[in-house]
Amino acid sequence: MSDHKPTGIKRWLFTTNHKDIGTLYLWFAFTMFLVGGAMAMIIRAELMQPGMQVVDPLFFNSMTTMHGLIMVFGAVMPAMVGFANWMVPMMIGAPDMALPRMNNWSFWILPFAGTMLVSTLFMEGGGPAFGWTFYAPLSTTFAPKSTDFFIFAVHMLGFSSIMGAINIIATILNMRAPGMTLMKMPLFVWTWLITAFLLIAVMPVLAGAVTMMLTDRNFGTSFFSAAGGGDPVLFQHVFWFFGHPEVYIMILPAFGIVSQIIPTFARKQLFGYASMVYATAAIAFLSFIVWAHHMFTVGMPVAAELYFTYATVMIAVPTAVKVFNWTATMWKGAMTFETPMLWAVAFVFLFTIGGFTGLMLGVAPADFQYHDTYFVVAHFHYVLVTGAVFAIIAGVYYWLPKWTGNMYDEKLGKLHFWLSTISVNVLFFPQHFLGLAGMPRRIPDYAIQFAEFNFMSSLGGFAFGLSQLLFLFIVIKCIKGGEKATDKVWDNPEGLEWTVPSPAPYHTFETAPQIK
Amino acid sequence: MSASKTMKKIGSLLCAGLVMLLPATVFADYKLNMTPSVTAVGQDIYNLHMIILWIVTIVGILVFGVIIYSLINHRKSKGVTPATFHESATVEFVWTVIPFIILVIIAVPATKTLLAIEDTSKSDITIKATGWQWKWEYEYLDSGVRFFSNLDKASNEARQVKSGKDPRKVENYLLDVDNPIVVPVNKKVRILTTSNDVIHAWWVPELAVKRDAIPGFINESWFKAEKTGTYRGQCAELCGKDHGFMPIVVNVVSDSEYSDWLAKQKKAAADADAGAGKTWSKADLMARGKEVYEKNCQACHMANGEGGGPFPALKGSKVATTGPVAAHIDLVLKGKGMMPPFGTQLNAVDTAAVVTFERNAFGNNTGDVVQPSQVSK
Repeated sequence: MSDHKPTGIKRWLFTTNHKDIGTLYLWFAFTMFLVGGAMAMIIRAELMQPGMQVVDPLFFNSMTTMHGLIMVFGAVMPAMVGFANWMVPMMIGAPDMALPRMNNWSFWILPFAGTMLVSTLFMEGGGPAFGWTFYAPLSTTFAPKSTDFFIFAVHMLGFSSIMGAINIIATILNMRAPGMTLMKMPLFVWTWLITAFLLIAVMPVLAGAVTMMLTDRNFGTSFFSAAGGGDPVLFQHVFWFFGHPEVYIMILPAFGIVSQIIPTFARKQLFGYASMVYATAAIAFLSFIVWAHHMFTVGMPVAAELYFTYATVMIAVPTAVKVFNWTATMWKGAMTFETPMLWAVAFVFLFTIGGFTGLMLGVAPADFQYHDTYFVVAHFHYVLVTGAVFAIIAGVYYWLPKWTGNMYDEKLGKLHFWLSTISVNVLFFPQHFLGLAGMPRRIPDYAIQFAEFNFMSSLGGFAFGLSQLLFLFIVIKCIKGGEKATDKVWDNPEGLEWTVPSPAPYHTFETAPQIK
Repeated sequence: MSASKTMKKIGSLLCAGLVMLLPATVFADYKLNMTPSVTAVGQDIYNLHMIILWIVTIVGILVFGVIIYSLINHRKSKGVTPATFHESATVEFVWTVIPFIILVIIAVPATKTLLAIEDTSKSDITIKATGWQWKWEYEYLDSGVRFFSNLDKASNEARQVKSGKDPRKVENYLLDVDNPIVVPVNKKVRILTTSNDVIHAWWVPELAVKRDAIPGFINESWFKAEKTGTYRGQCAELCGKDHGFMPIVVNVVSDSEYSDWLAKQKKAAADADAGAGKTWSKADLMARGKEVYEKNCQACHMANGEGGGPFPALKGSKVATTGPVAAHIDLVLKGKGMMPPFGTQLNAVDTAAVVTFERNAFGNNTGDVVQPSQVSK
C-alpha cells in the first residue's frame, strides 16, 4: 500500500498519522526532559556545597519552579500521550486515532506552550519563582510580570491535554477491532482510558485555578486574597483537586507499560488481569477524594484531617494489589532480562519505595514533621523518576524495535540501565535522610549538618543526568540502523502490535483484525 | 521509656542498614532518622513515624524478598518452563484484606496523636508568630512584648552570593537569629500563626510544630517543651526569594529566667520610645540606619543599593535623592506594590535613621538629615 504523505518538514507539520504524532510527542517530551534536567543540574550544583556559589536565590526558585513544571507538563505527560498515540490504535486493531486532525492540533500546541513557558525566564523580573504548585498569594500579588505568560502557557497545555484525552477516549470506545471487548484490551489501553477520564475531569479545574489567578492579578478580583474577602487556602484546595489526580495521570500509564513488559519477559500471562483493571479504576476514584493530604498544615478542622488521612492510606490497598500482581506474574515464570525488563523490574522495586513513603506522608500527624521537607522531595522523585520516567524508558526500549525496525544496542541499553539505577538512588535516597533530619524543600542554601548528604545527592544527580545522554545516543543509533528486528521482536509477546511488520508500516490495520 | 529508647536505636540501625553500600562507620556524622522531640506529643509523632517505618520495612523485605527469590530462580537460563497459573480469588482476597488490616493498625495511633496535636485548649502563654518576607514577628499576647526576629548577621553575610565567607565557620549557619523567642519549660505555649504577605510556615522539628502562616487567617498550634535548651527551625513554606533565610529559634528556659527576660524586653521597649523625642546627630542616624537597612531593606535593594530583578535601585533613584523627604518616609512606612509597608515594623527612630541612611549612602550624598520628629504615623 502506498503512503500519500508530504515529505520534509511538511510531513511533520501537517501529519494526521498517529505514528508520526506519537513520534513528535516522544521527541518533544525528550527535549523537555533534557531542558528540565539541565535545570535540575543547576539546582544540584547550587546545593552541592553550603553557601551560595552558583545562582542567586530568586533564580534558584525559578529553577525549582520551571524544573517541576517542565518535567510534569513538558516531559512526563507528553511522553505518555506519545505512547498512547503510537500504541493504542495498534493495540486495539484500529487504523488511526478517532480524531486525526485534532490529534495534530493537540500536539502542535505543545511546542508553543513550552516555548512560552521557558521564555518567561528571559523576561524582566525573572520567570515564575513560586514553585510548580504556584500557591497564592506568592503567585498572584507577589509574583513577577511574567506570571501572566505562565498562566497562558498552562491554559494552552490544558487545551492540548484535554483534546488528547478526548481523542484517546473516542478511539478506545469506538475503534476497537471486532471481538476486542473492553475486558480483552491490553492493560496499557485500560490505564490510558482511565487516565483520559482523569484528564478531562481535572484539567478544567487547573484552568479555573489559573484563570482566577489571572483575574486576581489583573482585573481586581480577590479569589485568593483575604483582604478582599477571598481565601489563599481556596487556591490550594482547587490546585490539589487537580494536582492529586494529576499524579495518577502520570503514573497510571506507567503501570500500563510495566504490565505489558513483565508478562512478555516472564513468559507468563499477567496474574490478575481483571483485578489490575479494577485496581486502576479504584486508584483513579480515590485520587479525587484525597487532595487535601497535600495541605495538612494549612489548619483544617481535625475531622477533615482524619478523613483525608483515612482516605489517603486507602490508596495503599489497590496499589499493593498491583505490586502483588506483578510479583505473582514473575513468580514461576521463565524470566530473561533484556533492557526493557530490567527497567520494569527496577520500576517495581523503586516505585514501591515511593509508595511506602507515600503511605508515611499520608498519615497527618506524621506528615506534620515530613511536610515540605526533602522527605517529600525524595518521595515524589521515587514515584515520578524511578516510577513514571523509568516506565517511559522501559516502554521506549520495549517498542523501539517495532517503531524503527531495528534492535537497539543491548549492551549499551544495559549500561544505561545500571548507570541510571545506581545514580538515581545515590541522588534521591539520601534525600529521605535530609528531610527527616529537618531540611526544608525549595531552599537554595542549608545548615552545615545537611552538607554531606547534599554533596552525595548532587554527585548522583550529575551522574544520572549524564546517563540520559547515553539514552539519546542509543535511540539515535537504533533509528540509524542495527540488527533487523523480527515482527514479534521478543519471545512470543502478547498483543496485536506484534502481528504487524517491524518497522510498523505507516498505516496499520486498514482492515480490522478479528479477535477471538 | 527504655522501650522507646530501644526502638530509637533500632530505628537508626534500620535506616543505616538501608544504605548498605557504605560501611557503617562512615555514618558517624550523618543524621538518618527523624529528630526526636522534647515534647510528649512530639514523641508520639516520632513513635508513630517509627511504627509506620517498621511496617513498611517489613512489608518491603517480604515483598522484595519474594521478587528477588523469583528473579534468581525463575529465569529462563535455569531451564525452567513458565507456569501458566493466573487469577485466584483466594489469593487476591487475602492480599487485598491484609493491607487493609495493616492500615487500620496504623490509623489507631494516628488518630490518637492527631487529636492530641489539635487540642490547643488550656494554654499558659500565647505567642503570635507573624510571617513577613523574610523574617518572623513575635508578639506575646499576655504581656505585650513584641519584636522581630531576623537571620543573624554572621549567617546573613556568609550566605550572600559568592560572599567569599566559609559557611562552615559560621556557628549555627542559617539557623540563628538576632532575637530568639524565649519560653518557660513545662508550660503549654500556644502559637498563633498568621502572615503579613504570603504564606509561610512556622516549623521547629524538635518541638514537632509545623503550621502554615496564612495572610488573613490565624492558625493555632501548641507545644510544651519538657527540656530547657535552644531549638532551631526554619520557615517551611516557599515564601519567595529569601525563603531559606528566615529561621526560627526558641529558647526554652526556667520560669525565673523567663520572667527576667520579659522584664528586660519591657524596659527596652520603653527606652526605644524615649529615643523618639530627642534630636539625633547625623553620624548616629547613619550608623543606626545602616543596621536597619541591613536587616530590612538589603534583601531586595542589595548592599550596594542597586536592587536587581524586580527590585528597584535606591542608588540615584528619584525617591532617595531629589524627591521630597516626606514622600520617601511615606514610601517606607506604607510600602508600594511588592514592597511591604514598614510602618508596623520600624519605630520613628528606625525610620528616620534608615531614610537618612538611604539618602546619603550608595553615593546618594544628599546631605539630608531626617529626625524622628519628622516621622509621623
